[in-house]
Amino acid sequence: MKTDTVLLQIKNLKAYFSSTLVLKDISLDVSTNKVVALIGPSGCGKSTFIRCLNRMHEETPEAHVQGEVILNKQNIYAPSADPVLIRRKVGMVFQKPNPFPGMSIFDNVALGLRLLGIRKRSVLEEKVHSSLVQAALWNEVKNILKRPGTSLSGGQQQRLCIARTLATTPSVILMDEPTSALDPVSTMRIEELIRHLVQTVTVVIVTHNMQQASRISDNTAFLLNGELVEYEKTSRLFTNPSDPRTEQYITGRFG
Amino acid sequence: MNYLSPTPRDFYRKYFSHFMMGILALLSCIALVPFIAISFFIIQKGWDGLSLGFFTEIPAPPAEGGGGMGNALLGSAVIVGMASLLGIPWGMGAGIFMSEYPGQKLGRILRFTIDLLTTVPSIVVGIFIYHLVVIHYGFSAFAGALALCVIMLPIVAKSTEEILRLVPQHIREAGLALGLPRWRVIINILIPGTYSMLITGVILAIARIAGETAPLLFTSLGNQFYAQNLSEPTSTLPVQIYEFAKSGFKELESLAWSGALVLIVFVFLVNLTVRSILFLYKRRMEK
Repeated sequence: MKTDTVLLQIKNLKAYFSSTLVLKDISLDVSTNKVVALIGPSGCGKSTFIRCLNRMHEETPEAHVQGEVILNKQNIYAPSADPVLIRRKVGMVFQKPNPFPGMSIFDNVALGLRLLGIRKRSVLEEKVHSSLVQAALWNEVKNILKRPGTSLSGGQQQRLCIARTLATTPSVILMDEPTSALDPVSTMRIEELIRHLVQTVTVVIVTHNMQQASRISDNTAFLLNGELVEYEKTSRLFTNPSDPRTEQYITGRFG
Repeated sequence: MNYLSPTPRDFYRKYFSHFMMGILALLSCIALVPFIAISFFIIQKGWDGLSLGFFTEIPAPPAEGGGGMGNALLGSAVIVGMASLLGIPWGMGAGIFMSEYPGQKLGRILRFTIDLLTTVPSIVVGIFIYHLVVIHYGFSAFAGALALCVIMLPIVAKSTEEILRLVPQHIREAGLALGLPRWRVIINILIPGTYSMLITGVILAIARIAGETAPLLFTSLGNQFYAQNLSEPTSTLPVQIYEFAKSGFKELESLAWSGALVLIVFVFLVNLTVRSILFLYKRRMEK
């Protein structure tokens, strides 16, 4: 068995909305090819936390961040770091499926590649194909690649968004409650997909659903009021939590 | 009594609903009256004056009769074309800036200015260009185009801004999250995603300036003949309609009616064409 290598190291992360502190000094490590789930009640800062990992938090007016996020030995909050380049390495899938309006299924996936300067049709087709296969969507869309992405069902749209993110081969994919707008069958397919993806990428996922966290994640972090209460192997956190607040939350006594 | 059987109050509610619906239908019908009346009136008055010569010839002296408004049609096309060439990119640029960089101080100032500019009466724009350009260089198609451009600018800017604001924020975030710089998000996602609506906004602005009269009185003035170049006084359809309608000569009045007919048919056709292109485009996208 190979030892875990740390891909993402979060050190003393503090996030603010104007002067309100919403993440209070969070430190945790994410290992390569693992799924890390973030759980906690609404408003505890889960979404803000992952939005700090691709520098998306600062896109909100008056929001800012302190601390370090080290991706592959480089601090993404270093003054010289370029958010655009970071986001190509750290992809993101949102709560609501959001294919680009008026854009075909093919173009949705190809956009990121074209941005990287890939113009050759055969290369684009090959990459779009492999991304859609990886996102377990190819068989359903192979004959309708020219249709708008928005014509697909919700679950398919979300897999399209995953394919779009995969196309530019990021090393980390952040997912912000990716299944909360989907039905149970679509949810199951995405969960299977995440387990499959983790062979090649690292996933940090926010979820409201504790069963989901226990089904798909290797490690789980429990956040409460912007504080990291506990970060443990998922099997351990759900069976033998060390903090009483974690136990109260996972047994449904609050939240 | 069955517990679903209606009480007298329910009867009243139903009739009240029908009554209100009837009032709305009636008001809707009344709203159609001006359009139908204007069309009917202008077709009746203007139809007889239409001939091939109307589109190619210059106005004949009143005593001779006949002649056409070819010079005015060409003048309008040239002036509206030049105004659009400058006004569309300028207005869209301002609209994009207002929608996509709302935090910038410049954006706030711009929005305020554009809002004010929308309310400036078009004749004031005419006087402004008269003082700025015409006094120094004389009446010309250039001056006319500049005046129309100033009128077009806030219309295009506002419609662009409003359309882009319809795009939900999470679509922009999806683009940024993919590693697109902000300008790429605008050019590769927002504009292609909304371009059918953006074009509609632009076309409506073109149709609007095509009918403007007041600002052209001070700028392009008018010309009995075909203008030889862009720095000469140039006749336009609305101004020529205005001149002929008050001329007192029957023949010229008849030309004015025909001109009015051509003007509304143009505006109508532009709208129709845009709509059918959009319709076909949408259908193609859905296949």
